[in-house]
Amino acid sequence: MPPEALRCKECKTEYPLDARYVCEQCFGPLEVRYADRSNADADELRRRIEAGPYSIWRYADFLPVEHPHSALGAGWTPLVRADRLAEQLGIGELWIKNDAANPTHSFKDRVVSVALARAQELGFTTIACASTGNLANAVAAHASAAGLESFVFIPSDLEEQKVLATGIYGTNLVAVRGNYDDVNRLCTELAGEHEWAFVNINMRPYYAEGSKTLAFEIAEQLGFELPDRIVGPIASGSLFTKLARGFEEWLEVGLVTGELPTFNGAQAEGCSPVATAFAEGRDFCRPVKPETIAKSLAIGNPADGPYALDLARRSGGSIDAVTDDEIRAGIKLLAQTTGIFTETAGGVTTAVLQKLAQRGDIGADERVVAVITGEGLKTLECARGTFEAWEIEPQATSFEAAREQRLPIAV
Amino acid sequence: MSVNVKIPTQLRAATEGEAVATVEGATVGEVLEALYERFAELKPRIADDDGLRRFVNVYVGGEDIRFLNGLDTPVSSGSEVTILPAVAGGR
Repeated sequence: MPPEALRCKECKTEYPLDARYVCEQCFGPLEVRYADRSNADADELRRRIEAGPYSIWRYADFLPVEHPHSALGAGWTPLVRADRLAEQLGIGELWIKNDAANPTHSFKDRVVSVALARAQELGFTTIACASTGNLANAVAAHASAAGLESFVFIPSDLEEQKVLATGIYGTNLVAVRGNYDDVNRLCTELAGEHEWAFVNINMRPYYAEGSKTLAFEIAEQLGFELPDRIVGPIASGSLFTKLARGFEEWLEVGLVTGELPTFNGAQAEGCSPVATAFAEGRDFCRPVKPETIAKSLAIGNPADGPYALDLARRSGGSIDAVTDDEIRAGIKLLAQTTGIFTETAGGVTTAVLQKLAQRGDIGADERVVAVITGEGLKTLECARGTFEAWEIEPQATSFEAAREQRLPIAV
Repeated sequence: MSVNVKIPTQLRAATEGEAVATVEGATVGEVLEALYERFAELKPRIADDDGLRRFVNVYVGGEDIRFLNGLDTPVSSGSEVTILPAVAGGR
């Protein structure tokens, strides 16, 4: 089922499979259209998948690249059964898709792998991106692994860990005095003037397809079955909508049966244009100025907002927002019940999962998957002050005395 | 009021290749109307009956007009208006 064209999601105008992302007729977003799959042989597809490498490329039949490869690799991350968290929240069956277990510790390794493979096929030698941090890490690392030059544009107030974990790869790191939406506007202008592959701008149709591999892995790891519900974060809404697209493609070819899962989106209150539009019954998002600790979700002007709203509504789900305190509590809850330390975006997802459970939205017999997209070590500040260590002399008596008195000293 | 409008590459087929167009107007709406008058092909691409299409962003001096006064946002002589596709970015 090779890719055949780029097609406008709005007016359906088609374009060749090159580096473009916007319809010249109506400015709508372009996405990859594949050859007709109605006669696909599900058994043969499954054999091909199971014979493939333990990476996103085992799903190459569903990706828009001719030569599936990446120097650094990505995907096949653990799907962990979270019984202790399920019990605490009163959920029947809960799984955590731990996508922090990627080479640069976020799901961005998937999308960058696909964008970069396609960019190389198209002859690009320079890769670039506008990023809230995780993408910066991934672009810098994958470009270095492939021997390509890269330009990474980030907001200048980004968490130090994410800046350090990008610069180390030897990229051209550009800190822009502004928020992510300013960076994105700047890069959209630059993308028109430079012969570079901006992974999330002119390569966006290919890049976005990489997120489908998260859905494929979840279904395969559940034994080629679908979950009943997905809880995942929303920034631009691309990951959220492509998860559904992945499940829909497998339903279409018969690799899985049943219904599209219910989709619950998670945002931080300090940047919740999609959750607000959902609550107000609108089908479009009003842009906001982000003010939240969840910087990897701080997109005030979400490109796929309308499609995320549509998905939540047609699947019977919702889009909820949580406060910064709830995000910190979510990080702690996930860490203390599953052993998975996630960044703020994962705190948002866990906090929304908790909110859904408390609200009674989740049925007792449901199989729920929460998508954790990034690593806690990237937003360490959020852990500070949430616990206390004991400081003692190196003597057993000192330890026993401290234990008795529990003399805590703040870290 | 003479205002410079930056045209994105995707629209330059409709502006005879021009990357920057200088037109007259006191508000963003007037500037766009002046632009449509000069380049007839431009209007159906970025506007519909309700105004700007939903995937079109317009900025004045780098600020999204939805944070200002929308199409009524005033512009002054030498202001820079930028038209960009909304489809880009992020997670």
